[in-house]
Amino acid sequence: MIKVNINGQDREVDAEPDMPLLWAIRDVLNLTGTKFGCGLAQCGACTVHLDGQPIRSCQTAIGDVGAGRITTIEGVSGKVAETVQAVWTELDVPQCGYCQSGQIMSAVALLEQNRKPQDSDIDEALSGNLCRCATYARIRSAVHEAARRLEA
Amino acid sequence: MYPKLFDTFSAPLASVKPSRRSLVLGALASGLVLSVGFRWQSSAQAQEAAKPHPFNPYISIAADGKITIYSSQFEMGQGAYFGIATLVNEELDADWAQINVVGGFGDVAAFGNLAWGGAAQGTGGSTSMTSSWERYRTAGAALRMMLAEAASKAWGVPVSEVSTARGIVSHPSGKTATYAELVTAASALLVPATVPLKPRTAWTQIGKAGLKRYDSRMKTDGSAQFTIDVKLPGMATAVIIHPPKFGATVASFDASKAKDVKGFVDAVQISRGVAVVAENMWSALKARDLVSVAWIEDKAEQRNSADILVAYETQSKAAPLAVARNDGDAAGALAAAGKVLEASFSFPYLAHAALEPLNAVASMTDGTLEIWGGHQMPDLYQYIGSQIAGTTPDKVKLHVMKTGGGFGRRAVFDADVVAEAVETAKALAWSRPVKVQWTRENDMRGGRYRPAYVHAMKAGLDKDGKIIAWSNHIVGQSIMSGTLFEGMAVKNGVDFTSVEGAANVPYDIPNVAVGLSTMQAGVPVLWWRAVGSTHTAYAVETFLDEVAEAAGKDPVALRLELLDKHPRHMAALKLAAEKAGWDKPAAEGRFRGVAVAESFGSVVAQIAEISIPSPGQIKVERVVCAVDCGTAINPDQVAAQMEGGIGFGLSSILGEEITLTAGAVDQGNYDSYTPLRIEQMPKVEVHIVPSEGPPTGAGEPGVPPAGPALANAVYQATRKRIRTLPFSKGFTA
Ligand code: FES
Ligand code: FES
Repeated sequence: MIKVNINGQDREVDAEPDMPLLWAIRDVLNLTGTKFGCGLAQCGACTVHLDGQPIRSCQTAIGDVGAGRITTIEGVSGKVAETVQAVWTELDVPQCGYCQSGQIMSAVALLEQNRKPQDSDIDEALSGNLCRCATYARIRSAVHEAARRLEA
Repeated sequence: MYPKLFDTFSAPLASVKPSRRSLVLGALASGLVLSVGFRWQSSAQAQEAAKPHPFNPYISIAADGKITIYSSQFEMGQGAYFGIATLVNEELDADWAQINVVGGFGDVAAFGNLAWGGAAQGTGGSTSMTSSWERYRTAGAALRMMLAEAASKAWGVPVSEVSTARGIVSHPSGKTATYAELVTAASALLVPATVPLKPRTAWTQIGKAGLKRYDSRMKTDGSAQFTIDVKLPGMATAVIIHPPKFGATVASFDASKAKDVKGFVDAVQISRGVAVVAENMWSALKARDLVSVAWIEDKAEQRNSADILVAYETQSKAAPLAVARNDGDAAGALAAAGKVLEASFSFPYLAHAALEPLNAVASMTDGTLEIWGGHQMPDLYQYIGSQIAGTTPDKVKLHVMKTGGGFGRRAVFDADVVAEAVETAKALAWSRPVKVQWTRENDMRGGRYRPAYVHAMKAGLDKDGKIIAWSNHIVGQSIMSGTLFEGMAVKNGVDFTSVEGAANVPYDIPNVAVGLSTMQAGVPVLWWRAVGSTHTAYAVETFLDEVAEAAGKDPVALRLELLDKHPRHMAALKLAAEKAGWDKPAAEGRFRGVAVAESFGSVVAQIAEISIPSPGQIKVERVVCAVDCGTAINPDQVAAQMEGGIGFGLSSILGEEITLTAGAVDQGNYDSYTPLRIEQMPKVEVHIVPSEGPPTGAGEPGVPPAGPALANAVYQATRKRIRTLPFSKGFTA
């Protein structure tokens, strides 16, 4: 049993320590909002927060999480997250939606740290999140709009 | 892989000859009361308290007011469910908050794609709205009439005096009733024999840009369910070891070392490889690495993709094996022309690379097989599932899941991953439900690519610079040959998907010859978003730019001149040119290119604007897009599909390529197969040409013009014509 803190709760995970956090979250903890796209840190679909920082959960072993606090799309909260999710919905950003948990986790982490991101900041923060439906133009607009609302 | 199944399945398909009229509302048009569920229900489901009343095959209302629409069309992100819900609700006047859409199946009379004559249910060719346009509005209108009639009877007032809005029937006397309250009474009424539809002027939802998708919220909070998210009691997860080369088969395998992996369940041979089954994905992945497989490779494709393309190039210089179009005398006109341009284009294999790797779940309970998956061709998958399980299709229940991107990949004639899931569950003696989950590498190397092609083009200009001859020889594999659709799609040796966009080149040229040489290769191929037009539009539209330059004409002006007989092309092109400010020179450091293409009944014109941040680098700054897709049911979703289509088109042209070395696919993941990322995405402006025509395609037609518009802009900037794709290979500074 491995102890982790996920979405504010202490949980015991019945997994071997080398299991990627992604599969522990999905297969053991049954939180399926975090997605598998590549297993190689190439697509960002598996993005979660570890102590507020975006990480690729497919590349982090559950045994290495230790006392870090994990947040998934199901647990992300606060003003920034709520604003981002609301704007994402209003602008109808998602198409298939499969990448969007990861996009949102990356966008929230960006806006938590940078309330006025420039296009280049958005490129940098979201470059690791592939969207095969190419919703990028709306993602960019949504980040700017969320920043504007958070400013207001 | 299942040729016998094709025959068995296609025979009844061929005999189905539905007419458009008889399909509307299926059996209900005869005035019968349909009071029984038309689809399979498990006993547990049947016991649900809020038992829905199915009013027709398309809509049911539960006692709590929840409305379920059964979609004939598959949702892969393109907004088909939303489009269909919009059509229903334009007529039904329900409250959007109560609407949900799920995938229907198992009723070809109700769900057969009308763009395919209704003969089979399936999603493709950007036909979802074309097929649904009358069917789903009629379904919504009929239900609204029945609810209104139920209210009028209950209140003893003429039906003409009641009105409906937001899920409520009301009467000027002040009486109101919700749809939920009227469900039982309404379901006992006769379905109306004639169902008038609202006139265009009365629409409140169709064509309204402000109407938002009902399914966006669930895609922002992680609650939307995909096949990968299906979890059943006792379910195991299987990872597949596929042959390293297409056409290889398993000789033997050894899983003895895998037994040490915690959570390992079994390794079983299936028709296309070995399924490694475990308690969860991680155990399956670890166990897979310890299973060794010996392959029989003597029937496998062993060539390099480069050699395949060399063979195509050689053939492209010979006479075409089949004629797709022959107007006038192109050869004669070329011989007599004052100036002849020639160019050869080479297009690579492309992977769909949808973000959700392919998957399916199979479970057998009490003689009923249930299959969860991205069922893009449900009848076929139900049939194939039943054949593998040794049962009949009515004993196969499908769960049509939303999918994490499709682009054509979930519509396959052998049911692919669906068959793998059923085979694996069967090999485990149906002891437990099984999810087959492909890895990214399975998905990338699993074949079904956009075929590689070579185009050899020639154009002849007379002494005044007028284009008098056009010749286009296309060389590549056929997508349709050997499939269920062969009879429909392949005529006189010409697979129309190989030549669409080329054989119907719209330009007014007196002598046109379009030829096709269909080649054999052991690489499985498939439709890939926009199919033939992904290569034909590039060849045609960049080559026409060469013609414009040789003729000393502006590329927009020349196109307009040659499109005299094609008013939709003209209107889209003019609109794009106007919005892009084509009549003024591009801003300092910016370069523009134009392309126009018709696909799936829609016409799309695009103007790409680029900059060259440093030599050898291309930045796509902006794409202005004009689209005529008939009536735009959800204008904002048409825009979204154009945006996504442009991103998808640019992605392939800039940097996507599947290559083979000695028959093995070189690319495995997104590090080597590189779709567009956010920093490469241009600004996109979409303008919709006003139209009162019936809806045509939107999911695919945004793709074809993006690449050639970009290439034509690159030429303006660099004087380089890129004829070998992708740019990452063919554009060298
Ligand atoms: S699944 Fe982790 S980055 Fe793709
Ligand atoms: S919305 Fe489909 S992959 Fe991003």
